[in-house]
Amino acid sequence: MTQHFTQQVTFYTEDHEWVTVHGDLATVGITKYAADQLGDVVFVETPEVGKTVKKGDEMAVVESVKAASDVYAPLSGEVIDANGELADAPEKVNEHPETEGWFCVIKFSDGAETKGLMDKDAYYEFCKGQA
Amino acid sequence: MADQITDDLKKTPLHGLHVSLGAKMVPFAGYDMPVQFEGVKPEHLWTRTQAGLFDVSHMGPCFLTLAEGVSDKAEAHDKIAALIEELVPSAISTLKPGQARLSVLLNENAGILDDLIITRLPDEHQNGRLYIVVNGAVKEQDWALFEEKLKGRAVLQRADNGVLMALQGPKAAEVLESYFPGCEDLKFMRCMLAAWDGGECIVSRCGYTGEDGFEIMIPADAGHSLAVKLIEDERVKPIGLGARDSLRLEAGLCLYGHDMDETRNPVEADLQWVIQKSRRERADFPGAEIVLEALSNGPKEKRVGIRPLERAPAREGTEIHVKGEPVGVVTSGGFGPSVDGPVAMGYVRADLAEPGTPVELMVRGKPRAGEVAALPFVEHNYKR
Repeated sequence: MTQHFTQQVTFYTEDHEWVTVHGDLATVGITKYAADQLGDVVFVETPEVGKTVKKGDEMAVVESVKAASDVYAPLSGEVIDANGELADAPEKVNEHPETEGWFCVIKFSDGAETKGLMDKDAYYEFCKGQA
Repeated sequence: MADQITDDLKKTPLHGLHVSLGAKMVPFAGYDMPVQFEGVKPEHLWTRTQAGLFDVSHMGPCFLTLAEGVSDKAEAHDKIAALIEELVPSAISTLKPGQARLSVLLNENAGILDDLIITRLPDEHQNGRLYIVVNGAVKEQDWALFEEKLKGRAVLQRADNGVLMALQGPKAAEVLESYFPGCEDLKFMRCMLAAWDGGECIVSRCGYTGEDGFEIMIPADAGHSLAVKLIEDERVKPIGLGARDSLRLEAGLCLYGHDMDETRNPVEADLQWVIQKSRRERADFPGAEIVLEALSNGPKEKRVGIRPLERAPAREGTEIHVKGEPVGVVTSGGFGPSVDGPVAMGYVRADLAEPGTPVELMVRGKPRAGEVAALPFVEHNYKR
């Protein structure tokens, strides 16, 4: 039951990822809040293109000067693209976390899964609760 | 629950200052300590080029004196040195007044119980006073060992209720000279007695960053006023534990409980240099037989630098392989801001300890290219 999003919509997860959906594709990255919390990002391991992920799977790893953190798949589907530029320029995650610092694109299989995600206002409130 | 845990943590006299400066606080060695102020990377680079102020009051400074004094002060030093030499393999008797030495506390199997700095204070004392700084995480057990082994012969006075701070970096000496005149002339591993704001201090030229710098032992109130003054200086910034770790890792300095512990002897840990010739000849320290055997036949494993050749850091616990076979483990690893790449330390089979030896680092199950590297990663900048 693929739900198509005719317009681009951005959702957020409790793990501080952003998910921009358009049609049946979702571009995923970590939020500015997460990037600021991590500090200087020194390495990103993006998922392999072609990999099938289930919502909640460990999908990528982001390493900062402090520690390694897992990035979870926000939706189930197939990884159809990954940001190869992060290999040589991991600092893009700090500089432009919600644009150039994207991690991967998932072709998602169940649009209903977006129902569990937050919109911008809800995520803002969620971050306030974490401070 | 979280509050309860926080309440159990001890606070250093500089705790309020860290919080007021916006530090991110974490539990460390039983204390609520600053892990970062503005960020690990900028703090690290600042310390390498300017001067960084570190609160290390969680550590274990103490004094060890003879239970019974003697009239000759030089003889008093010999006597107290002979007592501590029962526990450590370094030559303490030959220290000159004001000189300090790194050593290790050993068990009967030559396992390392802690590393520590032992200083012969510049003022001679009828009870032969030694100033000793042990690690915060193991200070209680170290001191219990001193009490047990030296009972009736030496008196231990713990001094961890004040401030121990470190000012590190190329600008440290010129900054501190206006507070403690003469400190600029101290050489590495030498100390002087001084005073600030009514508090008596010990100013030692040493540190844990690889840079020139000082450690200052000072009473709580005076220490607080000194720290406030120092960070007003535009050359000085407060530095958290995060940068302390990346600085010491680049400098190839061991972190107790990670790069060495009870399962490692000083030869494996590549710390044989703390055992002076006279002590090797006398072979009168705990585990001497094991240490001498390792010195003559070589250790089975050895601590080395590890350089990941890709960008992924190899963190503590990463297995080290050669041609698919496990040959060792990473004991400290992360990103080195001055190196601008990942750096690590670990143990490998002694026949693979030569710098340049190619290894595979098993990061999240995948082999990644690395090589054994000479330590330190960043040249030491000590004032010899």
